[in-house]
Amino acid sequence: MTAKDLRKGLWIALFVLPGLVIVCTVILLPLFMSLFNSLFGWNQLLRGDFVGLDNFRKVFGTEPYKTRFLNALGNNLRWFAVTMAVQNTLGLLFGYLLSRRIAGHEFFKRVIFIPVLFSIVAVGFLWGLYLRPNGLLNGFLKLAGRADLMRAWLGDERLATFSIILVNIWRWVGFPSLVFLAAIDNVPVECLEAAYLDGAREGTIFRRIILPLIVPSITVITVLTIIGSLNVFEQIYTMAGLDGPPNFSTDTIGTLFYRTAFGSVDSGSPEIGVGSAIGVVIYLLTFVASILSIASLGRKEVEL
Amino acid sequence: MTTDFRFRGSGPGRKALIIAIEAAFIAYAALIFYPLANMVLSSFKTTREILQKPFALPSRLDFSNYAVVWVEKGFGRYFLNSLWITAASMAFVLLFGSMAAYGVSRYKYRLSTLVYMLFLSGIMLPLKAAIIPLFILMKNLRLIDKPLSVILVFIAMGLPSTVFILSGFMKAVPVDLEYAARIDGCSDWGIYRRIVMPVVAPAISLVTIYNAVPIWNDFFFPLVFLQSDRWKTLPVGLTSFFGQHSTNWSLLFTGLSIAVLPILFLYLFMAKYFIRGMTSGAVK
Repeated sequence: MTAKDLRKGLWIALFVLPGLVIVCTVILLPLFMSLFNSLFGWNQLLRGDFVGLDNFRKVFGTEPYKTRFLNALGNNLRWFAVTMAVQNTLGLLFGYLLSRRIAGHEFFKRVIFIPVLFSIVAVGFLWGLYLRPNGLLNGFLKLAGRADLMRAWLGDERLATFSIILVNIWRWVGFPSLVFLAAIDNVPVECLEAAYLDGAREGTIFRRIILPLIVPSITVITVLTIIGSLNVFEQIYTMAGLDGPPNFSTDTIGTLFYRTAFGSVDSGSPEIGVGSAIGVVIYLLTFVASILSIASLGRKEVEL
Repeated sequence: MTTDFRFRGSGPGRKALIIAIEAAFIAYAALIFYPLANMVLSSFKTTREILQKPFALPSRLDFSNYAVVWVEKGFGRYFLNSLWITAASMAFVLLFGSMAAYGVSRYKYRLSTLVYMLFLSGIMLPLKAAIIPLFILMKNLRLIDKPLSVILVFIAMGLPSTVFILSGFMKAVPVDLEYAARIDGCSDWGIYRRIVMPVVAPAISLVTIYNAVPIWNDFFFPLVFLQSDRWKTLPVGLTSFFGQHSTNWSLLFTGLSIAVLPILFLYLFMAKYFIRGMTSGAVK
């Protein structure tokens, strides 16, 4: 190795190492530690014997973990399904309409993005107040003469999760809207002109030209929705509570994980082993679901 | 290039459609503004007024609630904590992130792809799921209840996207600039500092907004790591405040206004940068 190579190597190390050390200790090391910890029994913060996959068996097969876990996972699936169906569809529609330069589009573009910047905590508490039985929404329904529609929005087992998801959509729909707007704005104008001259209809142009060309941004939004749905926590914490009330109907893997790690599944002491196993499951689900959607949407991508 | 892509044609059906779309957008804008306006108006009302006349204007403009929440309830301190913790985290995200981006994009060496992938792996991994080992790590480093714990986590959270975005921009800086500087006797650090960084300055502002907003808003890590009241950040402070005063609606709306309005005002002046910053990571 020449002195020149050595100098170059030292410079590279100087530039790269501070960041790399932080990423490795705070992101990658904890990931492997989760895996490692999940294979041991734990007494509070002390690691005990190697137990193989026992902690995973508990999560998937032993009460009360099993019921709690499957219930929470079901709610995460609900988050994903409703967010895809309502938020991302609405986002695509908003993005498309804004790309057509309707009057006031610059203004609307800025307005729908406002709540994206607010913290989940502030939005959750604000809407939590509005959705209380004596809150603004029920007050509005009464004023509008539809007292029959008044509900305990966060107190009814069948409604609570959906109310919280809708609040989250209120906060976040501006994000997919602007991502889709940017993608549609990048569709080459010649393609659209040509289609117009051929007399193609609005719907046909959207389905046949725009949609295939914005598949990469659909992939990005889908993956972000998967990650977001599996990590729901603050929304439940602020609008319902750590136990996912009423009667665990709003519980998610995030809140269950937090209770297992720092409290317990049905109140008690922290369970590091089972908690780590749930953490590993979150990692795996995120990873597998993201890869699957990238792979399946990737095949639909077209190049110009 | 932006497509000029207005709705075409002008039959009565087309006109009705456009009017319906405009009406829908105006209704949606109202759905965003009204809850915010009601929040601010409610902060001037008494709890009694809020519950009995939720849609009425406040009977007087009384700022005493704000004084109570800001001083007595500690929001002034929460606000300052959020501010300096975000600033300190961002300073290191930008410094270490730009250095790492320079290290992987401006040198040719065998391990550069591996280093780049190590940084990128952080983009997809949900850091919250690693809270148990992180908690044990911080405990062993004796950082529990010290702001440095969350600052470290925030730096790690910001680095992957920063390296990703900045290395893209740095690759595009012409090598000729670097050669010229080297002939003039500039060191590697000098080239990073005086040639490459000024050229990618617009990307720096983009990365700043992209990362500062989630760090400012983050709730989970301060909740776990910072337990004593003196270090609480705004989202955590807001949470304990809601726990203590759950029936005093008047104070609750004041606390929310203090949490929400500064961001709103900042956004009104810098909307363009915010929009570009928040969407750039996803679009690239």
